[in-house]
Amino acid sequence: MSVTIQIPSALRAFTERKSEIAVEAKTVGEAITALTNLYPDIRPHLFEEEGKLRSFINVYVAGKNVRNAGGVEAAIPDGETLTLVPAIAGGAPLGVRL
Amino acid sequence: MSLIPENRLAELSGDDVKRYSRHLILPEVGWEGQQRLKAAKVLIVGTGGLGAPLALYLAAAGVGTLGLVDFDTVEASNLQRQIIHSTRDIDRPKVASARDRIRGINPDIKVITHNTRLSSANALEILRNYDVVADGTDNFPTRYLVNDACVLLGIPTVYGSIYQFEGQASVFYAKKGPCYRCLYPAPPPPGLVPSCGEGGVLGVLPGIIGCIQANEVIKLIVDADEHEGRSLIGRLLLFDAWQLKFRELALDKEPACPICGEQPTIHDLVDYEEFCGLKREEAEVPVKAISARDLKARLDAGDRIQLIDVREPHERAIFQFEGAKAIPFGQLIRRKEEFNPEIDAVFICKIGQRSIYAIRALRDAGYTGRMFNLKDGSNAWARDVDPSLPQY
Ligand SMILES: [Zn+2]
Repeated sequence: MSVTIQIPSALRAFTERKSEIAVEAKTVGEAITALTNLYPDIRPHLFEEEGKLRSFINVYVAGKNVRNAGGVEAAIPDGETLTLVPAIAGGAPLGVRL
Repeated sequence: MSLIPENRLAELSGDDVKRYSRHLILPEVGWEGQQRLKAAKVLIVGTGGLGAPLALYLAAAGVGTLGLVDFDTVEASNLQRQIIHSTRDIDRPKVASARDRIRGINPDIKVITHNTRLSSANALEILRNYDVVADGTDNFPTRYLVNDACVLLGIPTVYGSIYQFEGQASVFYAKKGPCYRCLYPAPPPPGLVPSCGEGGVLGVLPGIIGCIQANEVIKLIVDADEHEGRSLIGRLLLFDAWQLKFRELALDKEPACPICGEQPTIHDLVDYEEFCGLKREEAEVPVKAISARDLKARLDAGDRIQLIDVREPHERAIFQFEGAKAIPFGQLIRRKEEFNPEIDAVFICKIGQRSIYAIRALRDAGYTGRMFNLKDGSNAWARDVDPSLPQY
């Protein structure tokens, strides 16, 4: 089943600047794993070491946040879009201190 | 209950009637709405890309008291998007430059400048004097600080955030909906999500997001929700300027939220640098650095060194680093077989920061060779070794 993953600009450095990636998957976990297989550099940004989704990335399927609705187990209907919504802060260069 | 109660409504003068007539003849704002605006006190945190349009429009709209917090001074590279500042303001404190501009637009506005860094020590003291806080900050520690202070004080935060071509906006108001921690319980560790300093930002983008924030501030003050309007409480607006797309996502209040949930565990401000991992980072295994001059000396002496340029192709077009192999930051792990662990590797970026994260990422991915960070990046090379090359 085909799923379209929307890549936010904060993560496009890891997907050769592509904004959408199509993968075959039935669940959120499968979709994101397929993405990290294609682009291994993105993996640490999406999964914690234990394979849990990072808490600064929200995953939306069909307009709903999956965090309290199945997480990585959540099913994705065929042809549906998965949107990654990372925390962004804007502005300050890396390492700037308060 | 309205943010500005009946007993605070401000009198409107004859001049006010002239100046705000386009609001007064709008039934949803009207006389009372303008009285509320005049009575309202709004704090704008950050007078940068988001704070600029916020301050300009809120001043023009007649918000009676505007507070500005910023510790920064105006730099030339700000002017591409921070339209409240002018070329002649370079090197001036941003709050002073913004105050002058606000006075030019609307001399009736009371401007309170806080030329300081917002911190756990001063945030509650400053924020408690305001009805609404507009968050135009550019870093995670301050975002969590503003969120927590607003939740503790019961004040709404009008949130806006930008990166490259993308913006987010929402209204976090714990009394009526979710807060920032409900959406993002924890920030990214330093180095995981890059920031605008190295990532760039389309100059118009903060203008658009800041205007949406100004709109939401005004709606909160005039109580739009009671007049057939709908605020961004419980909704996250996503904007993509490049594809020109607006999307809206539902935000739920998180019952387990540590500050606004059912059993809050945070009752006071915390150390936000520590919370955001900025202190942890210092404790990590250090990355070896090499200065531009030392690197030049080693190269001149004929040392075998692999130079790895982790910048993006468009950056290499500005400054080509001779003899370096180009592997953008986002492809290092996938291409790590291209390195030879027998030979010292020197990683190069623009300012020597991404290269540190590159070395850490490769180390975590199991690369065993010796790695050095070119201190202060290609800018140092241009400064200390080859001044014919640009610092950008
Ligand atoms: Zn919350």
